[in-house]
Amino acid sequence: MNILLLLAPFSVMLGLVAVIAFVWTLRSGQYDDVKGAAERILIDEPNPIAPTTDPTAESGPN
Amino acid sequence: MTLDTAIGRDMSAFVRRREDGRDRLDLLVTGARCAGCISKIEGEVSALPGVRSARLNLSTGRLAIEVSAGAIDPGRVIGALAGLGYPATPYDPGAALQQRDREGRKLILALAVAGFGAMNAMMFSVPLWAGLFDQELGPATRTMMMWMSAAVGAPCAIFAGMTFFESAWRSLRAGRANMDVPISVGVILTLAISFSETILNGRDAYFDAAVSLLFLLLIGRWLDHRLKASARSAAGDLLALQAPTVCLVDGAGRERSIPLGDVASGDRIRVRPGDRIPVDAVLEDGEALLDNSLLTGESAPERVARGQLCRAGAVNLAGLLTLRAEAGSEDSTLAEIARLIDAGAQSRSRYVRLADRAAALYVPVVHAAAVLTFAGGWALGLDPREALIRAVAVLIVTCPCALGLAVPAVQIVASARLFRRGVLVKSGAALERLAEVDHVVFDKTGVLTEGRPALIETPRCVVAMAAPLARASNHPMARAVARVAGDGPVATDVIEHAGLGVEGLIDGRRARLGRSAFVGVPTLSGSETELWFGFEDGPKVRLRFSDTPRPDAAQTVAALLARGLTVEILSGDQAGVVEAVARSVGIPVWRSGLLPEDKAEAVDHLAAAGRKVLMVGDGLNDAAALARAHAAIAPGSAIEASQNAADLVLTQDRLMAVVEALDVARSSRRRALENFGFAALYNLVAAPAAMIGLVNPFVAALAMSGSSLVVTLNALRLRAAR
Repeated sequence: MNILLLLAPFSVMLGLVAVIAFVWTLRSGQYDDVKGAAERILIDEPNPIAPTTDPTAESGPN
Repeated sequence: MTLDTAIGRDMSAFVRRREDGRDRLDLLVTGARCAGCISKIEGEVSALPGVRSARLNLSTGRLAIEVSAGAIDPGRVIGALAGLGYPATPYDPGAALQQRDREGRKLILALAVAGFGAMNAMMFSVPLWAGLFDQELGPATRTMMMWMSAAVGAPCAIFAGMTFFESAWRSLRAGRANMDVPISVGVILTLAISFSETILNGRDAYFDAAVSLLFLLLIGRWLDHRLKASARSAAGDLLALQAPTVCLVDGAGRERSIPLGDVASGDRIRVRPGDRIPVDAVLEDGEALLDNSLLTGESAPERVARGQLCRAGAVNLAGLLTLRAEAGSEDSTLAEIARLIDAGAQSRSRYVRLADRAAALYVPVVHAAAVLTFAGGWALGLDPREALIRAVAVLIVTCPCALGLAVPAVQIVASARLFRRGVLVKSGAALERLAEVDHVVFDKTGVLTEGRPALIETPRCVVAMAAPLARASNHPMARAVARVAGDGPVATDVIEHAGLGVEGLIDGRRARLGRSAFVGVPTLSGSETELWFGFEDGPKVRLRFSDTPRPDAAQTVAALLARGLTVEILSGDQAGVVEAVARSVGIPVWRSGLLPEDKAEAVDHLAAAGRKVLMVGDGLNDAAALARAHAAIAPGSAIEASQNAADLVLTQDRLMAVVEALDVARSSRRRALENFGFAALYNLVAAPAAMIGLVNPFVAALAMSGSSLVVTLNALRLRAAR
């Protein structure tokens, strides 16, 4: 049962990483244009997509 | 402001400098739907000189363009987009920036944390609840599990519960109890009991129950917020489409474009034919013909002489006008009407929503039940700890989760369905009010009718004869003639005589189109709903116009009558015109010649007689009545003030949408009541069970989740419902 002492905190850490990752995606404005993101992968882009210039997007963590 | 007039205008006022020192132009693009649209729009716009980058947000239709300083003409960008087939208008993101969705982000963050907490705390609870400790696991592991559950669950519960605690605290301080009070009490008590159990090496800990409860409640909160936010942003976009610029004439006679808000009293402004008068202003030069139909409902154009006041909102029908502003934009006839609207909106905010009514009953009952359980259990010889756990189980099992979800879930499904059908719902309360309506009041011009003159019963040869001259003019009547005639030759040497008509050469012969006296006919009727045409030396012919009813107006009225509602017209127009329209669409009751105050008063009278009035109107003259009515609908073509005052806005040009909105509102009310019924039934079964100790807090949380699921599924039935 000693393995629980290792695995239980480990699984909580994993969950925590997921939450932090979610917060990061939220702050970096990845949910601001969900429809557009789904369609953009279909575009043949000779040069990389311009950085987000949406004025309503959050600029950096606040 | 229509889209086609936007192209020819000076829009440089819309290029704004941001905090980072770069110039930015924001446009609202309609019609973009797919990857192809994105690449076409972004590609075309980035290729224009002066554009550094362009990024389209497909969800909101906003195109953000970064431009090199002063090197861009927004008109060209809009023109280029129009060429691609995407109408666009400048948009001021200032307001949108202010109301950034902080609330929504806070909720979704709390939701994420609650989800994380629920899953991880439950991970430690499963062995506890599965009874593994009697078989395989020792008491040391058990204590560790409880502490782990506490370490994960408690902070998450406190963080995620903040929304509820704050709101409960606010309402308690105001001396009232809302639905957040039992939630907060339940969660805090659960946490306290769980901690004491954990510390005292007791049997039960319910950290997982507390967090999962909050998780489910937050889903309901977030749905409610999404509904409000999406409605608000869509309404904002509609208003942004009308964001007007004003053409200002400076001392040297140069024209400059400024935003409407910057106009001050005494400024000289210029208004082109077809444009709206931006502020109350005195006519400086010439004679004007104004369409006041949005202001007064009177569809016949009104002549205004030099030195007279032109009211904001009127449309300039002929000739270039120079005016001197009498007042800034906040301080005009519009402002007067805005005051009337405010008064109306206040009287409407007294309306109590279904959920609030349920909460008013619910909160005291639940608290009483919990207190009774605790006191009763103790008095009957239970030990206080056991009695407290039962009381908490009562609070949790009866948690207003299903109640909290009952209405938002229904309303978000209903509004999504209506939005697809071209109706924008501005608030959930609007749907509830709409469902109660039993009397419908229509405005005439622009609602039952197209709101623009249409040619009636004129021989084709006459139309064809007048067409070349009509094509050369911007006047709505001339445009109606040109529409009927189709494409063809255009007259040359055209001179537009303000308020009289146009004159030009057709095949070398001089011809005139306009008022009877102007064309050279002794005045017979002087009616404003006719136009005369004649060659200088030939016979004169008459072209008659009327404002035709919308194609689906009669169908809409019939559908409303079939649903048992009574229908009436309140119009500012002359009796004869109103009667004709009333007869053609099948409305038996009508009143004419009403001023804005009269309309509002008429609505008040109906309300005083116990009728729940739905007002459908578009004009400034309807705005006050829209605000006073029990529920209000404005077409998308309505002016800003009316759209603000209305609960629902029709985004497509179909009047039948009114009937659809009514149907959906009624069925969503039915669903909401079903949900309340279910929640009540559930509580009637679950609460006594918890009182006699059949339910521990964890099972309570499970039962409660089940009840919310049922409620949500019931709401989803609306999507398919006819």
